[in-house]
Amino acid sequence: MSEAPPTTPPTEAAPVHEGTATPRPTMSRKSVGASQRTAPDRFTPPEPPALEVRDLSVYYGKKMALSGVSMQIPVKKITALIGPSGCGKSTLLRSLNRMNDLIPGARITGAVDYHGHNLYGNSVDPVEVRRRIGMVFQKPNPFPKSIFENVAFGARVNGYKGDYNELVERSLRQAALWDEVKDDLKKSGLALSGGQQQRLCIARALAVEPEIILMDEPCSALDPIATLKIEELMRQLARDYTIVIVTHNMQQAARVSDYTGFFLAGEAAYGQLIEYGPTEEIFTTPMDPRTEDYITGRFG
Amino acid sequence: MAAAGTRLDADIGTALSKGRFKRVGESVIKLSLVAAASVSLFTTVAIVAVLVWESIPFFQEVPVQDFLLKTDWQPLFEPISFGIWELIAGTMNIVLWSLVMALPIGLAAAIYLSEYADPNVRRILKPMLEALASVPTVVYAYFALTFVTLNVLRPILGDSISIFNALGASTVMAVMLIPTIASISEDAMSSVPRELREGAYGLGATRLEVAFKVVLPAALSGVIASVLLAVARAVGETMIVAVAAGSTPNLTLNPLESIQTMTGYMLQVGLGDAARGSVQYRSLFAVGLSLFVITMIFNIAAQLVIKRFREEYD
Ligand SMILES: Nc1ncnc2c1ncn2[C@@H]1O[C@H](COP(=O)(O)OP(=O)(O)O)[C@@H](O)[C@H]1O
Ligand SMILES: [Mg+2]
Repeated sequence: MSEAPPTTPPTEAAPVHEGTATPRPTMSRKSVGASQRTAPDRFTPPEPPALEVRDLSVYYGKKMALSGVSMQIPVKKITALIGPSGCGKSTLLRSLNRMNDLIPGARITGAVDYHGHNLYGNSVDPVEVRRRIGMVFQKPNPFPKSIFENVAFGARVNGYKGDYNELVERSLRQAALWDEVKDDLKKSGLALSGGQQQRLCIARALAVEPEIILMDEPCSALDPIATLKIEELMRQLARDYTIVIVTHNMQQAARVSDYTGFFLAGEAAYGQLIEYGPTEEIFTTPMDPRTEDYITGRFG
Repeated sequence: MAAAGTRLDADIGTALSKGRFKRVGESVIKLSLVAAASVSLFTTVAIVAVLVWESIPFFQEVPVQDFLLKTDWQPLFEPISFGIWELIAGTMNIVLWSLVMALPIGLAAAIYLSEYADPNVRRILKPMLEALASVPTVVYAYFALTFVTLNVLRPILGDSISIFNALGASTVMAVMLIPTIASISEDAMSSVPRELREGAYGLGATRLEVAFKVVLPAALSGVIASVLLAVARAVGETMIVAVAAGSTPNLTLNPLESIQTMTGYMLQVGLGDAARGSVQYRSLFAVGLSLFVITMIFNIAAQLVIKRFREEYD
């Protein structure tokens, strides 16, 4: 963290759209990252951390699902968590906003620091954590309410006092859904297509103005066109928000993310962080042979 | 080539039709299921027909407008009067006060069991709660009279409450209804998909907000069904009201007074206070028919409420 160069504003400010005429951020991203990687799973992103995971282990009952994960989630970047099914990606993601508290028998050790405060500290209210760290789920789960009420829900439970019409419009615009639904905001959220529902869920999350958005395989239930739309949206949101996305689609991780963490359960049966680094490096020059096996599809 | 093709076609023909005869058993089963279903349908229709048929002679003696517009129910003493509203008021009195007590407690119990309770706690509590529903109502009836009225209400309220009163009956009726409301509502709430809850929690909703703003609206039809069933039980319950609420037709919703419900009256007449063939005896069917109509109105109203407010999730 102390090594984070203070001279990085251009990197942060420049949008990291692939194909746009700004190769600089990519270059600097790569070179900075490379210089800091001493071991496959030891990597400190140059940006200040939005979340710092420290030696996090998660248990379901007696079963350990995730062991000793340490990683920094950089601010206003997209960090992808990849790995085969059951390696603990969702478990890690759900630990980042205390969603795991809702699972009876789930238990964690270690810490997740957010602005210098451990989210698992005694005085921390998980409800407030989830307001600041929003979540988008694998299966679109709009409430069986109108589109308007879906977006307004989070603001209502948080006692938002401003103009709801304005808030709903802004959130829907941010989620690139406004033009498609502006004429029937009273329609049920469930009447939308899968891709629209997922963008509604993103709008709903944005409406509470979180700092960080966690997405658990947000495209796995969507067709390729809807998937591309969401990916495009994620790139836009990354200008203002820190995003962590779980995906088992490696192309997706490669397309959208700035950093990638690779997880594996292996014979140990509990998930571990195998390798973490800038996405380009993970996909082109992985340090751990298991990462390479997975990336190249030589893995079950 | 053509010949071979024909033979093949014939073989396929036999293969396709071969199962038909084996499955005669299946249609027998289907028939008996249909028969079983029709028995209940037929019984219902028959009961309604008998009610209507037997009510006709009554209404030949007592004009319908008297029955519906007069407010005195005095079948046994002069001047004889059959104004149904006192009995309806008696029934409504019990339904109102028992629901006032049972609905909040039953719903709270359902929300606790479905949204707050540890799964292990729920596994133990729910069957215990449901056991309450299997206590014979005559036990409740004497409990209402001897314990609730004499040991609780009288010491608190003094002589302002009659020995036979609506409140004692309503209180034990509520005890009887709570498991019905809690258990059926809990079933409806538990079957709301976990994803909906998680979506709400993920937006910073508290457990209470999730319960009231997401789970309850999504489970509304089940919750209303539970209330309907409770109302139907309260309207139809006879033992508790006959023993504890009195036999004084009374146009009031005041729970402290002695009243008579429609069922209470029917029991009284059925037990022999009126000679067969007399107008009092025939009034039994008119009251029964009214009871049926009222229950039906409740059902229809509930369906409308469900259509209007339910937030369907599938
Ligand atoms: N609610 C739960 N209760 C018990 N075990 C769970 C629960 N959720 C996940 N697990 C277990 O934890 C491990 C990691 O699961 P998960 O985090 O969902 O993996 P991934 O998202 O990478 O597929 C798996 O072995 C899974 O069976
Ligand atoms: Mg998962």
